[in-house]
Amino acid sequence: MRYLPLSEDDRAQMLATIGAKTIDDLYVDVPREALLSAPVALPAHQSEMEVERLMKLLASCNIPAGKTAFFLGAGAYRHHVPASVDHLIQRSEFLTTYTPYQPEIAQGTLQALYEFQTQVALLLDMEVANASMYDGSTGLHEAAIMASRVTKRLRVVLSGGVHPHYAETVRTACQAHGLEIVTLPAAIDDEAAVLRAMDANTAAVIVQSPNVFGTITDLKPIVAGAHAAGALMIASFTEAMAFGLIEPPGAMGADIVVGEGQSIGNAMNFGGPYVGLFATKEKYLRQSPGRLAGETVDADGKRGFVLTLSTREQHIRREKATSNICTNSGLCTLAWTIHMTLLGAEGLKRVATLNHENACDLAEALDAIAGVEVLTPRFFNEFAIRLPKRAEVVLDALMEKGIVGGVPFARLNPREGMDDVLLVCATETNSPEDINAYAAALRDIVQ
Amino acid sequence: MTKKYTRDHEWVRIEGDVAVVGISTFAAEQLGDVVYVELPAVGKAVKQGGDMAVVESAKAASDVYAPLSGEVVAVNDALNGNPEKVNEGAEGDGWFVKIKVANAGELDALMDEAAYAAFAKA
Amino acid sequence: MTATISGNHGLQQAVGLLFETASLARSGVDMPAPKGRANRLGGLGRKVAPPLPGLSEPEAVRHYVRLSQKNYAIDLGLFPLGSCTMKHNPRLNERMARLDGFADLHPLQPMQTVQGALLLMEELARWLITLTGMQAVALSPKAGAHGELCGMLAIRAALFARGEGETRKRVLVPESAHGTNPATAAACGFTVDEIHATDDGHVDIEDLKKKLGPDVAGIMLTNPNTCGLFERDIREIADLIHAAGGYFYCDGANYNAIVGRVRPGDLGVDAMHINLHKTFSTPHGGGGPGSGPTVLSAALAPFAPVPHMVRRGEDLALVEHSDTAEGSPFGRMCAFHGQMGMYVRALTYMLSHGSDGLRQVAEDSVLNANYLLARLKGHFNAPFGEGPCMHEVLFDDSTLKAHGVETIDFAKAMLDEGYHPMTTYFPLVVHGALLIEPTETESKQELDRFADVLIALAERVKTDAAHFKSAPHLAPIRRLDDTRAARQPKLRWKRDEALKTAAE
Repeated sequence: MRYLPLSEDDRAQMLATIGAKTIDDLYVDVPREALLSAPVALPAHQSEMEVERLMKLLASCNIPAGKTAFFLGAGAYRHHVPASVDHLIQRSEFLTTYTPYQPEIAQGTLQALYEFQTQVALLLDMEVANASMYDGSTGLHEAAIMASRVTKRLRVVLSGGVHPHYAETVRTACQAHGLEIVTLPAAIDDEAAVLRAMDANTAAVIVQSPNVFGTITDLKPIVAGAHAAGALMIASFTEAMAFGLIEPPGAMGADIVVGEGQSIGNAMNFGGPYVGLFATKEKYLRQSPGRLAGETVDADGKRGFVLTLSTREQHIRREKATSNICTNSGLCTLAWTIHMTLLGAEGLKRVATLNHENACDLAEALDAIAGVEVLTPRFFNEFAIRLPKRAEVVLDALMEKGIVGGVPFARLNPREGMDDVLLVCATETNSPEDINAYAAALRDIVQ
Repeated sequence: MTKKYTRDHEWVRIEGDVAVVGISTFAAEQLGDVVYVELPAVGKAVKQGGDMAVVESAKAASDVYAPLSGEVVAVNDALNGNPEKVNEGAEGDGWFVKIKVANAGELDALMDEAAYAAFAKA
Repeated sequence: MTATISGNHGLQQAVGLLFETASLARSGVDMPAPKGRANRLGGLGRKVAPPLPGLSEPEAVRHYVRLSQKNYAIDLGLFPLGSCTMKHNPRLNERMARLDGFADLHPLQPMQTVQGALLLMEELARWLITLTGMQAVALSPKAGAHGELCGMLAIRAALFARGEGETRKRVLVPESAHGTNPATAAACGFTVDEIHATDDGHVDIEDLKKKLGPDVAGIMLTNPNTCGLFERDIREIADLIHAAGGYFYCDGANYNAIVGRVRPGDLGVDAMHINLHKTFSTPHGGGGPGSGPTVLSAALAPFAPVPHMVRRGEDLALVEHSDTAEGSPFGRMCAFHGQMGMYVRALTYMLSHGSDGLRQVAEDSVLNANYLLARLKGHFNAPFGEGPCMHEVLFDDSTLKAHGVETIDFAKAMLDEGYHPMTTYFPLVVHGALLIEPTETESKQELDRFADVLIALAERVKTDAAHFKSAPHLAPIRRLDDTRAARQPKLRWKRDEALKTAAE
């Protein structure tokens, strides 16, 4: 078998050296009735050629976004990733290396993480960022728990604009942790409602900007209100590219900024693996979760990088750790930093602008259709529209014309009675032809 | 007054009704280079044997327990930017906390210098 | 090393920080020019552009290729890290994961457009359930530790469903456990009670019995354990926990030793996370991404988190909300459906090996570890080396300390010999632990070469402690100052600091 170097001769020689008769002798501590004598009932091994055929068949049963006019956002985004990104991350020394616990032979990984941390901090305009979380949603629950640790309070309020999957994830993890999680009803443009729901036991308010409906919000008043009540302000996001064009939460005073970085460097991959961006103020650093790469010197005084402040983490602090996290997003993090390096400030601004212009063109075209209303007052690359029919029905009809028109809000949250709301996104990958086709098709469908 | 020691390697020196507390030179040596000390807030109530502080090296974090019950009246802020003071003078300038003693009788349970030296060697 | 003019050493290229070489005006991405149309940002446009420097494509490629030269990798040589299972990462996995039909899918596409992806998930689930002999699997956890959280949240939910959620708050964890175990238990609101190990490296069942009680929620056990041994009393442990009203969580980090040969379901396990990036060959990528699907027993299956996979006639669908799902899901672990990119890789690997191949994987991993034990035990002390080990072998530092050499010094000397060190200082039950896991993808030649080097180093320890204390000498960088990094944390480049240093 192609992944197993040992030959039968090798195995015999090795057993002899060990002094065992059969391999089963080495499984001596396994209760005999539990040691399987035959392979389990699953297919036997197959050649690379056969496996490839099977997997390609499975892949062909899907319709990839690129084969359609594609307008989905709501937490995952289709952007153009330059060819060199994927090529570089497949280098053996990046793909097949381990967590940099032996820094002398892992300076490649460690320096890339240090550069990543810097880029994230600059993008979000925050003092310090970590080496990534699994994704935006789990990063958000860690942020809520961190806020509780910092303020020693037990209640967290989430706005009605937070992505419902993120809110669910926060609720699941934080309730077990002993926190009270309050989620406000869905609202297109009312992030500040969190302030009205605060009390003396509130550790943090969580808002999302751009929110799930695409709405961008001025966070300054929310920061002021939270601080006045002794609470932290956590700003979350699902579309990192937005900050190439809109004011970042750090500039508005947010205490923790956490969200999804998938847009940069990483394909949509049907939901994962993604990369969580997590940034905070230096004064909260020791309460923060996740890996951190730091600069230092070696025995010759030469600059180098190491994982640091590890005493917050599980392998040292165990049950008193700031989190149970063991991995970061490794290769996805590397892809992010390579793409960001290729973009630079100029490139990022240009791509972000293209996103926004396409979204504006699409919004205007759809808003012009009788019976269709754009609900989002100010946005980056996604917005919500209200339709005269159920969004799912409209979506099916659009699908028949090769257009993936959006995400029905009701798929994310069926409990708000917003069956007629569709979340629509346009990125730099959408052409004017796509946009015109969408508008024309929708006009036909709603007549 | 002489120092007394706990089995968890904290030392206590009484100054009037206040106890000055730190970790022993032995403990500091075992820990290696101290990188950070997490001190309690002034005003916090502590119980003998209860959590009081945390002392960290690059690779380990050790809990520091209160040798006596009482109220924290002062913490050594100098350790904030200069944790190496713990390695340089664990039983002097590297002190952690001053506690207003609730019950001086609790001292009896602690070891004197000779007893601690023997305990640490074992 | 001889000094050169450039700072390069032959093939080894020097590399500076990105921010020292890149510029704000450069970009390696060409995009069409924007139209300049009116915006709809509502006045919330970015006031100050982020000072993110860029590089052209040739410069960027050089920067990262140069960085890559400073990394060791499994493609280069052995990574004998105990409990990490650093096996070869098959490239077919990478080719399959990059098919447009998998990579260019949005998680919220209409379900009729992703039937192939759902079928893949269903097939992966079938393999995991069949191999482990369990009832159900939650695919969504994003990493091993996340899978632990999933398992413990399921246990917590089951206890609450029985009305015992507030009274059963104590979790038993062996002192040899990986740090994620107690951290996870604490994250779920449990307290942790440590169980001692016996002198021969197993869980002390008498100590366990003493610690049982009506307030016990369950046990978190790693099997094979972190000392590299199969817990021979495991059926008795499972029965004791169940009789006491608790649940059995198994940490599946060491599953590579028993995959295809032992089913955790047969041992009484209620929940076990599987590390796809360990047993099932998905790449470690410098620290991630992982993937931690968690298999569940019949007792815990009703509490599996959403999304659930269901069949509706001919089609597959995901049920994404707890209130419309079967049973009583405890909630949602993360947005969307989990690490699909890793599912593709893992299933490709499973199909390649097949049921018979996976059995061989386990057997060869155990054979390789025992072969190293046999070759090394005359030169290192294996505290539990009387009998065979599983897929990893544990040594202590007694033979090193006797000559004034610490485990860390030995590890650094291995770097000069071209090896990544084994896991060190874990598990905590042994002094200065050296935990070696070769995995099944090492040839006998590679193992012999490795053993020869370790034996020679063990000899050198006796006469040349200084060599170890000052190691490494041949790595791209010398030993790094961890203390300074922790005392003065410098976690990002800052332009004003850099300008100051330049001026000095």
